[in-house]
Amino acid sequence: MSCSTLRFSRVLQLVAALLLGASIAPRLAAQVTPDRLLRAAQEPQNWLTYSGGYASQRYTTLQQVTPLNVRDLEQKWVLQGQVLGAWQSTPLVVDGIMYVTQRPNDVLALDAKTGRVFWQYRYANSPDQRVCCGANNRGVAIHGETLFMGTLDAHLVAIDAKNGQPIWNIAVADSKLAYSVTLSPLVIKDKVVVGVGGAEYGIRGFVAAFDVKTGKEAWRFETIPRPGQKGSDTWAGNAWEHGGGSIWVTGSYDPDLNLTYWGVGNPGPDWNPDQRPGDNLYTDSVVALDADTGALKWHFQFTPNDAYDYDAVQVAVLADLAINGAPAKVMLWANRNGFFYVLDRATGKFLRGNPFVKVNWASGLDPNGRPIQTPQPPGSATWPGNQGGTNWYSPSFSPRTGLFYVSAWEGYASYYRREHQEFELGRNFAGGGHRVVTPVPDAPAVGIGRRSPINNWTDAVGHGAVIALDPRTGQQKWKFDQFDVTDSGILTTATDLLFTGGREGHFHALDARTGALLWKASLGGQIVNAPISYQVDGQQYIATIAGNSLVSFALRAPR
Amino acid sequence: MIRTLSWLAVLGACVGTVRLDAQALTQDHSYTRADVEAGQRLYGPQCQVCHGATGDGVPGIDLRLGRFRRSSSDDDLARIITSGIAGAGMPGFKLQPAELTGIIAFIRAGFDAASASVRLGNAERGKALFEGKAVCAQCHRVKGQGPRVAPDLSEIGAIRTLASLQRTLLNPTESLLPINRPVRIVTKDGRTIRGRRLNEDTYTVQLIDSQERLHSLVKADLKEFVVETTATMPSYQGRLTADELADVIAYLTTLKGL
Repeated sequence: MSCSTLRFSRVLQLVAALLLGASIAPRLAAQVTPDRLLRAAQEPQNWLTYSGGYASQRYTTLQQVTPLNVRDLEQKWVLQGQVLGAWQSTPLVVDGIMYVTQRPNDVLALDAKTGRVFWQYRYANSPDQRVCCGANNRGVAIHGETLFMGTLDAHLVAIDAKNGQPIWNIAVADSKLAYSVTLSPLVIKDKVVVGVGGAEYGIRGFVAAFDVKTGKEAWRFETIPRPGQKGSDTWAGNAWEHGGGSIWVTGSYDPDLNLTYWGVGNPGPDWNPDQRPGDNLYTDSVVALDADTGALKWHFQFTPNDAYDYDAVQVAVLADLAINGAPAKVMLWANRNGFFYVLDRATGKFLRGNPFVKVNWASGLDPNGRPIQTPQPPGSATWPGNQGGTNWYSPSFSPRTGLFYVSAWEGYASYYRREHQEFELGRNFAGGGHRVVTPVPDAPAVGIGRRSPINNWTDAVGHGAVIALDPRTGQQKWKFDQFDVTDSGILTTATDLLFTGGREGHFHALDARTGALLWKASLGGQIVNAPISYQVDGQQYIATIAGNSLVSFALRAPR
Repeated sequence: MIRTLSWLAVLGACVGTVRLDAQALTQDHSYTRADVEAGQRLYGPQCQVCHGATGDGVPGIDLRLGRFRRSSSDDDLARIITSGIAGAGMPGFKLQPAELTGIIAFIRAGFDAASASVRLGNAERGKALFEGKAVCAQCHRVKGQGPRVAPDLSEIGAIRTLASLQRTLLNPTESLLPINRPVRIVTKDGRTIRGRRLNEDTYTVQLIDSQERLHSLVKADLKEFVVETTATMPSYQGRLTADELADVIAYLTTLKGL
């Protein structure tokens, strides 16, 4: 097609759209500039980053769906995924077009109003790929008209958002050494930032930024310092070489401070701290990095010398609050270790920390936020259990209610076992194991993912809850219990609604102020992503993924 | 050579009437108890992260029960463990030959290294006890015969270890799986329902009642919903002799489903 023909056909398209009305207008996706990403809150019709904006609040200012009409939500469309297994992806929505990944590394572009697919990109992973905990991918990032996806074999691929064709493809790390990328990248200015997984196989993790146009590496922050680097004195001998420190979920960004925040995963081996004496920085920490250089500005470690796999695999939620009467730029963090933290995000200073579930691995936190560890005797139960008080599930913060919302596991504990293990390439580097505490021997227990439509493990081994926490006090405001545990993220709205799901396949709308159930839909499959909201042609949609189905809801038309 | 006799084969010989099942047909190697124990030690650090402590952590797969997506023979298992499955999240593992043997032995032994100490008697006598003196058949159904009030035992020999069977017979309350706990429900309209849960979620519960009727109830419609923790099944400690107990367990191990 020649240029002039193309131009003429565009004109025809536009004229046709004008003549026939907006409902059949082509989706005129504009360039997603860094400025648009900065001001994502000003275009709530779109969902431009994994967490719905750099502050990662997963809060929408769209107000069409309210507590009064939420019962009128109806399913508008369903996209059936083509692969089995946990579908953890958060879709992006850009000017009416949705971009979602599915296992192992497919990207689909679809009409966010109808669910019909424009194109599909399939990435062929190397057979060498070695990824912990499932062939997961949590989504794409966008800059201009280019999408970015990390892959199981630790590549980063740039993809044309209009036609799904790859633009560049670089190796972020060596998949033969068990590096992988499962998170949704984060675009900051002219760079795309990713982190790597693989601590269960003895990697040394890192966060790295790449030029959006070329894929050339701009900076890299290693989560396990080398000898001589700051923090290396928290490692003994050569334990740092396979020290772990995965990055499993997308970071956040404060443009005023020009800092990007990333949660770092567990040390290796997972369960045997005896063979890696020291605090093992920067595992189980949040790191604040200069967005232009990757230089470490500050860190805060939640779980030094971790024996429980309590990795800081959570999204940093940024909020501006009044603490003790003074305005404060804070970071809110409900950690896998069972404590809810409030940090000063400019300095990393610990402001507050309180347990949000039962905790007995530590008796509390000292004035600097360091846990006072109380290891349980061998054979005794440790709370929270191995999957933690929460895990990678995206929390939400509502500036309206001032509350932080997190999916938690309650009544869930593990017996841990330490075992010396030398690193060997190609093998898990776990250093022991754990067993979920069950009421009787051999009883079914909870683990990673729902395995059956029949819950024969019951709440006797743990159950899920949405917990609303007040950052000003650290205390629980309300709780919504679920019978099975939950891996669902949370969305809140400017109309004080809270949307979340769970392993049972129920999709719930709660009153964000009280936790009261206002609406629910039984979608049949486990919800292990986080809901999003967007608007097309004047209609607000709420979308989530249950089992193998991506479902989008909106209010039914008035009769 | 006696030392290398298959541990499972020894059990089979003890039971006497064990029929060949799918697992036996596809298990084409013999394993020692030492193999099983070696596999048990390796399973925690290498496999448990994804497959779970009970082997059913990955949908569609139950390692303990020998349910796989792709493999059936031991050689299939060995190939998948060492090569992985690209795109499915299963990595290849670099294991020594003895370790590989151990993992497969542990899987084939149903994750049960403890059961070797459980004594097995005569399955024919056990069947007679089950239907007679022990009155098991008054509550449990087997192969289409008997009531449905208690769990159907037609495949209990495939889904429970010997140690678990013995534990349940001797101390049913402390072995009672949470889902099998008796429930007592009073609906808002005053009906009382006693039975056993089949499934439950946040809003509903599915159960079979004492008259073998299936109910799916909305919790918001219930006035009372009590889950008892005491088993209705009696303990057979003292009710059966040690030999009789061994006979009943031997019979239960023959129940492997269709």
